[in-house]
Amino acid sequence: MTAATYAFTDTRTLLHRNLVHALRYPAMSLSGLLMPLVFLLLFRYAFGAALGAGVGGSYINYLTPGMLIMTGTSSMVGTAVAVCTDMTEGIVDRLRTMSISRFAVLAGHVLGNAAQALLSMGVLLGVAVAIGFRPHAGALQWLGALGVAVLTAGAMTWLAMALGLSASAPETASNLPMPFILLPLLGSGFVPAMSMSPGLRQFAEFQPFTPITQTLRGLLLGTHIGHQWVPAVCWCLGLAVVGYLASRWLFDRRAQL
Amino acid sequence: MAYPIALLSVTGLSASKSAIAVRGLQKSFNDKVVLDGIDLDIKQGTVFSLLGPNGAGKTTTVRILSTLTKPDAGRARIAGKDLNREPDAVRAAIGVTGQFAAVDNLLTGFENLVLMGDLHHLGKRESRQRATRLLEQFDLVEAAGNSLATYSGGMRRRLDLAMTLVGQPKIIFLDEPTTGLDPRSRRTLWQVIRDLVSQDGVTIFLTTQYLEEADQLADRIAVLDQGKLVAEGTPAELKQLVPGGHVSLRFRDTAGLNRAARELGATGRDEQELTLQVPSDGGARSLRSLLDQLDRANLEPAELTMHTPDLDDVFLALTDHTGRPRSVSITENGADR
Repeated sequence: MTAATYAFTDTRTLLHRNLVHALRYPAMSLSGLLMPLVFLLLFRYAFGAALGAGVGGSYINYLTPGMLIMTGTSSMVGTAVAVCTDMTEGIVDRLRTMSISRFAVLAGHVLGNAAQALLSMGVLLGVAVAIGFRPHAGALQWLGALGVAVLTAGAMTWLAMALGLSASAPETASNLPMPFILLPLLGSGFVPAMSMSPGLRQFAEFQPFTPITQTLRGLLLGTHIGHQWVPAVCWCLGLAVVGYLASRWLFDRRAQL
Repeated sequence: MAYPIALLSVTGLSASKSAIAVRGLQKSFNDKVVLDGIDLDIKQGTVFSLLGPNGAGKTTTVRILSTLTKPDAGRARIAGKDLNREPDAVRAAIGVTGQFAAVDNLLTGFENLVLMGDLHHLGKRESRQRATRLLEQFDLVEAAGNSLATYSGGMRRRLDLAMTLVGQPKIIFLDEPTTGLDPRSRRTLWQVIRDLVSQDGVTIFLTTQYLEEADQLADRIAVLDQGKLVAEGTPAELKQLVPGGHVSLRFRDTAGLNRAARELGATGRDEQELTLQVPSDGGARSLRSLLDQLDRANLEPAELTMHTPDLDDVFLALTDHTGRPRSVSITENGADR
């Protein structure tokens, strides 16, 4: 076998390991689901009636895409903690003394955690439909929506990897993703950016999660997207690359210590 | 330090039978020099033990030689491969069991072993067979399907070593493998290590704080202190570095002690304990002559104990930082230098 096939089988082996972890401790794997789920129910039943007027239509329809994106960001906590724990527990040191591709160690984590984030999004979508979310999307739009979900999950997972690798203890790792969890709130997650005060509105328009949320919302509700998808895709790919490079650098840096 | 850096066998890096050959290894963290030019030559199929007090650089040495940490300077060949240029080839030849059990706590014992087999690309069947065999060898069959949360410290260490053995490494680094183990578990591990060397021709690089462990297992021992090797040799050679073999005689009263001190001309006396220490090489002849001397003087000690220098003495003497030579086997108040 060549180095590339070894890297592939090693990635598969380590992905399997991470999925076994997830199955064995579903509480940790689905922890990212809790906050968006609570928000979904809270805003649907407590604040939805009042907010619905502001978005001009069914508020649950407006809210769900934002909560899906938020599920992607809040899943970062589980990823960062899992990676950091792995690094501090010595098993990774063992892997590093073995003839295994460095990439496989990171990739196994990323694939496993991105899959968990996507699963969480799926569960949230199911709950949303059960409480009144009514998407208007054709097959192509669904495919597009899946693409946005995958891109978001991938980007957030690579970022979370970097955060987890940079943290010295799991407690720190669990706090680091907080800004990313809050960002969708300061975009068009709950209410249109247009309705915010001027300074905040400008911030909302230029931060990554606004175009990402808008694109997903447009795809799921069959509304106008315009050019929003371009910055959305660019942000996702950009954040993924930053997360990947930072993760690699942080992982290699441990060899200097 | 007054002791000579003795018995350092200096041979070329290309020596054919060397499992591990190290020249001029250096490592600093920030401004602190941890390793200050280490040379080692470890023959295949032997047990080499690195001794040293806490912070001497033992773990750093293991981390460097097992490719986890990069050295600042120096060269090393491990299983004939250059550490800096072919780290992956080195990794393929070695196994490492560190100070803290490097096991996956969320998997079972069996799954941990199979994971290692898969990462060594053994194939599914071989992975499982080897895992089963190692579980038997390390007495972990009953716990095989349990989560590691239920494992005791000794079981984790055994599993850790078993995981290291899955890949059948030619060279094994053991960094304080028995720290915190009860005496029985320790002896079990010692036997495993002996078998690995005698049956499979494995080379063992062992660090330990337990001098008895080094004495039991090691073919050669090096003492590391403040980043430098201060001695290297067989356990017997090292013991010769420190004087301190003596016979300790305890008497029933001060009168007896005083009289014996006069007769024997011995200086090492302890009034409190009523003991007298007479230098001795521990041989039968010198012992007989001592007993004859006591007989002639009509002296009968209440108790006679022999003290031959052990590695504890060597260790303490070599790593003493008070700046004065000290022979530690002699009590403080009557040190004979």
